[in-house]
Amino acid sequence: MYEGAVQELIDELGRLPGIGPKSAQRLAFHILEADAGDMQKLAEAITAVKTRVKFCSICGNVSEQDTCSICRDPRRDASVICVVEESKDVMAVERTRSFRGRYHVLGGAISPIDGIGPEKLRIRELLTRLSDDTVQEIIIATDPNVEGEATATYLIRTLKPIGVKVTRLASGLPVGGDLEYADEATLGRAFAGRLAV
Amino acid sequence: MDLVAEASFTSRAYRDDAVVLRTHKLGEADRILTLLTKHHGQVRAVARGVRRTSSRFGSRLEPFMVADLQLVPGRSLEVVTQAQSKGAYGHAIASDYSRYTVATAMAETAEKLTDVDGESGTAQYQLLVGALAALSRGAQEPGLILDSYLLRALATGGWAPSFTSCARCDAPGPHTAFNAALGGVVCADCRPPGSPAPAPGTIVLLAALLSGDWETAAASEPRERSEAAGLVTAYLQWHLERRVKSLQHVDRQP
Repeated sequence: MYEGAVQELIDELGRLPGIGPKSAQRLAFHILEADAGDMQKLAEAITAVKTRVKFCSICGNVSEQDTCSICRDPRRDASVICVVEESKDVMAVERTRSFRGRYHVLGGAISPIDGIGPEKLRIRELLTRLSDDTVQEIIIATDPNVEGEATATYLIRTLKPIGVKVTRLASGLPVGGDLEYADEATLGRAFAGRLAV
Repeated sequence: MDLVAEASFTSRAYRDDAVVLRTHKLGEADRILTLLTKHHGQVRAVARGVRRTSSRFGSRLEPFMVADLQLVPGRSLEVVTQAQSKGAYGHAIASDYSRYTVATAMAETAEKLTDVDGESGTAQYQLLVGALAALSRGAQEPGLILDSYLLRALATGGWAPSFTSCARCDAPGPHTAFNAALGGVVCADCRPPGSPAPAPGTIVLLAALLSGDWETAAASEPRERSEAAGLVTAYLQWHLERRVKSLQHVDRQP
C-alpha cells in the first residue's frame, strides 16, 4: 500500500477496463514522474469529456451539443438512416466516405442472457424518426455476430410492416484476402449474398 | 529451454466437443467463452483475436455453435488453440427472433445447471445440442422445444417432475393439481392449499414434452401451451433457486 494520493490514483486507474493492478501501478508512477503540464491536460480532457459530451437527441451519437454534427449538417441525405450498435461504428462507416445519409445509434445489441431486451435499446426513438415520410430507407449495419444478427432480425420484423425500405450490409469475403483461407461460415454467406453481374 | 516449455504446453492440450453458451468481450479483440463440453463439463476459455474481421476462428466460436476444440489449460482460463465447426446453428437461430430468444434461455439454463454439477455434463451437452439442432431446423414451434428442453434438462439434473402419478405419495393418476415445490402433479389428499389446477390438456402436454412425444405436443391448443409454459417456468425457477434472466425475453409468438 502506498500513501494517500498515489494509492488513490492506482485504485482509480485499476477500475478502467483492461488495466490490472500492475498496469495501474505503472501508469500511476508514469503520471507522477511526467511533466506537470501534460498531466494537467490529461486531467482537463477527462473533466471536459464528462461535462461537455452528451448524446445526440436525434441519433444517439456522442455530441457536444444537443444534436450531433451529422444530424445538423444539411448536406447529409435525410432520406437514408444507417442503424449501428455503437458510436464507434459511426466512425467506422464514416471512414468509408461512401455513405452520405444519417445514423441511428442503438446503444448495443439484443442479448437476453445479459438482461438486454429490445426495450433497452433506442428502437422506439428510431420508430419516432419514421413518423413522417422523410426517411425512405433504413440500412441495418449491426455487427455480423449472433447478437447483431438477432438484433437485425428483430428490427426487420418491426420495420417491415411500416412500409419503409429496409436493407442490410452484405456479409462475405474481406477485401485483400485469399479465398482458400476463408472460413466456411463467411464463404457460405458470401455465396448466399452473391451479386448478379 | 523453450523447446521444453513448448512440449509441456502442447502435451497439456486436450480436445473435446463443446457448445458455446455465452461470450464476453475481453480486451481489444478477444472473447471469454463459456463452453459446455462433452467430457469436461463447463469450461471457461479465452479465444484470442476472434473479434477482428480477419479472424478465421470467430464464426465458429459464437453462441449456439458446436465445435471440436483444442484447449490448453492456462493459469485461470483455458485457451482455445484450434476449432473445427461441428454444428453451425448460430445463423439459422439468429435469423428468427423467436428461435434466438429460446436458444438464449436454453443456453442460460444449461450454464446454471452445469456450473456446480459436473457429473451430468455429458448428458446435458447432448440434450442441449439436440435441442439447438431441432431449433435451427425449425422442427417444432420454438416455445415447445424450449419447454421440452427445460423439463428434460431439470430431469437430467436430478429434478425429474412427475406428470402422471402423485409426486408425493405416488398414487396413480391422472391428477388435477400441480405443485412446483413438491415436484409435479399431486393427488387430492396431498394437494397443498393454493396449488394451481391446470387444464387436463395442459398436464397431457407437459407429460408429452417431458417424454418427447412430439405428436401429442404438436396437437395441443395455444391456451394449453401458454399454461404449460408458465408451469415449466415456475418449476424451473423453484428448483434452480436462481433467476434465469433470458426467460422474460422469450418471444413466444409463432
